[in-house]
Amino acid sequence: MTVDITKSPERVTAPSPQRRGLARRAQLPRWAVPGGLAASAAVVGLVLALVGFSTGLFVVGTVVLFTAGLYVASRIVEGSRKATDRLVTVIVTSAFGLAVIPLISVIYTVVSEGLARFDVEFFSSSMRGVVGEGGGAYHAIVGTLIITGLAALMSIPVGLLTAVYLVEYGKGRLARAITFFVDVMTGIPSIVAGLFAVALFTYLVGPGARFGFAGSVALSVLMIPIVVRATEEMLKIVPNELREAALALGVPKWRVILKVVIPTSIAGIASGITLAIARVIGETAPLLVAVGLTTAMNVNAFDGRMATLPVFSYLSYATPGVPREPYLERAWTAALVLIIIVMVLNLLARLIARVFAPKTR
Amino acid sequence: MGKAIEAKDLNIYYGSFRAVEGVNMLIRPKTVTALIGPSGCGKSTFLRAINRMHEVVPGARVEGRLELDGEDLYGPGVDPVGVRRQIGMVFQRPNPFPTMSIYDNVIAGLRLNNKKLSKDATDEIVEKSLRGANLWNEVKDRLDKPGSGLSGGQQQRLCIARAIAVQPDVLLMDEPCSALDPISTLAIEDLINELKQDYTIVIVTHNMQQAARVSDYTGFFNIEGTGKPGKLVEMDETKTIFSQPKEKATEDYVSGRFG
Repeated sequence: MTVDITKSPERVTAPSPQRRGLARRAQLPRWAVPGGLAASAAVVGLVLALVGFSTGLFVVGTVVLFTAGLYVASRIVEGSRKATDRLVTVIVTSAFGLAVIPLISVIYTVVSEGLARFDVEFFSSSMRGVVGEGGGAYHAIVGTLIITGLAALMSIPVGLLTAVYLVEYGKGRLARAITFFVDVMTGIPSIVAGLFAVALFTYLVGPGARFGFAGSVALSVLMIPIVVRATEEMLKIVPNELREAALALGVPKWRVILKVVIPTSIAGIASGITLAIARVIGETAPLLVAVGLTTAMNVNAFDGRMATLPVFSYLSYATPGVPREPYLERAWTAALVLIIIVMVLNLLARLIARVFAPKTR
Repeated sequence: MGKAIEAKDLNIYYGSFRAVEGVNMLIRPKTVTALIGPSGCGKSTFLRAINRMHEVVPGARVEGRLELDGEDLYGPGVDPVGVRRQIGMVFQRPNPFPTMSIYDNVIAGLRLNNKKLSKDATDEIVEKSLRGANLWNEVKDRLDKPGSGLSGGQQQRLCIARAIAVQPDVLLMDEPCSALDPISTLAIEDLINELKQDYTIVIVTHNMQQAARVSDYTGFFNIEGTGKPGKLVEMDETKTIFSQPKEKATEDYVSGRFG
């Protein structure tokens, strides 16, 4: 759009050259934004009431009308710069609202559906011998913790040491190759990781083997690149001066890394690792193919199938028994528990970061 | 403590690039030697070569001899870690370890090397080092507080305390005052004067007044042009360098006509 400056309202109200000073301009009143929003809502509501009401259309219509109205009003009263500012503000705010809607919707749905079975029995019993009502996911919660714990136990040392190698030692081709493959691994679909674990253990222990540890291996494949990336970033931001200061004191390099570099960045590393755990704890596909599901408690990750929360939730929902309702309720509650675990892990990550962060006072 | 350093026809390379060429220099024990010269002339590289810190950069190497009381620092089988324990270093920007308290920062050199010391012994070393760095009175009541909470000048003195806590023979300082205010600079300069009772000190500085104030000997480095190696143009007693240098380039530099 081209604007003819000579005809813009700015020129008409521009102060005379003698009184340059601070140019003052008319402004829209403060109530313009809430008032305009209310007015647009009323207009759109009225129109929709005539042709048939729908919430989606109402929200979209209100926002569009409000944006257009505000832009035009602002352009007339406040000038083009301010109008553009208001337009962009509305667009950015709407985009934020749009992004938050699914999040709130998911949390609302899971909480409202999941609360029905969020009871003591859910946390204290397994599905052994349960048909229909009752039962719980105690076995699945324990299974998830065991499998994810084993995965973390394998991924953290490997990921941490890889990152140390890349940042502190890695030069040349090998380091570039590792970085490349870590990037590739980050993009591996989770089902591929699951199939890899199945293929690996089919080769090692024979076909049809499904047990918790296979799931841990699959999760490790997904977790290692995340740990490497997070740790690498944290190690990179440790100032080189600290390494030099320690080296100049006659400290061997490995000790510099162990006693200076890692402690300085431990806050970020720990929270990165926690987030990596949170990222894989909800994986369904690899556990479905590599671990399967049981109705009873199984704490031996090396023998037999295990229940896990995501798989429990998925199978309860996808293939419910008769009657359906108790299965669906348990599926939602399992999902709710999973979200709570992830949320706790995220809070834990923040707490860890705060506790370990270097203090200045 | 306080050993002599002698460079004999020393060339320093980064990969195939020769950064410093043909340095012959004798640094006398228990003196302060200042290295001056324009930016990029190799004085910092030479300083870092003295305790083999320049080897941290991949591809860095030296040719020629660099001796500490007659022992070749680059001889076969000489461990750079051992060299650095004898030749301490203070950097341009104060760099206390952010995860450690003031106390831990001072004994970091010992503790990071896993020396087992009694509490009394470490207390003594900490007090002695902090007194040596003129910092004891300012921090004795808050030794358990983080070192990064101190002011810039205090942090730099903390770094000096940390360097002298391992009892080196030589102390290298790479523009130790360039990030400090004039009062902190004065404190550091006074400290350098006291430290030379015990240590051989080599200081790189861009501040010629500082070189004139603190040093006994001064070496002037220069570079012919970009991409050319830096060379030691002249080295003599500080008052000679600043009053009647032999070389024209030195005179131009110290009188401020160039650089």
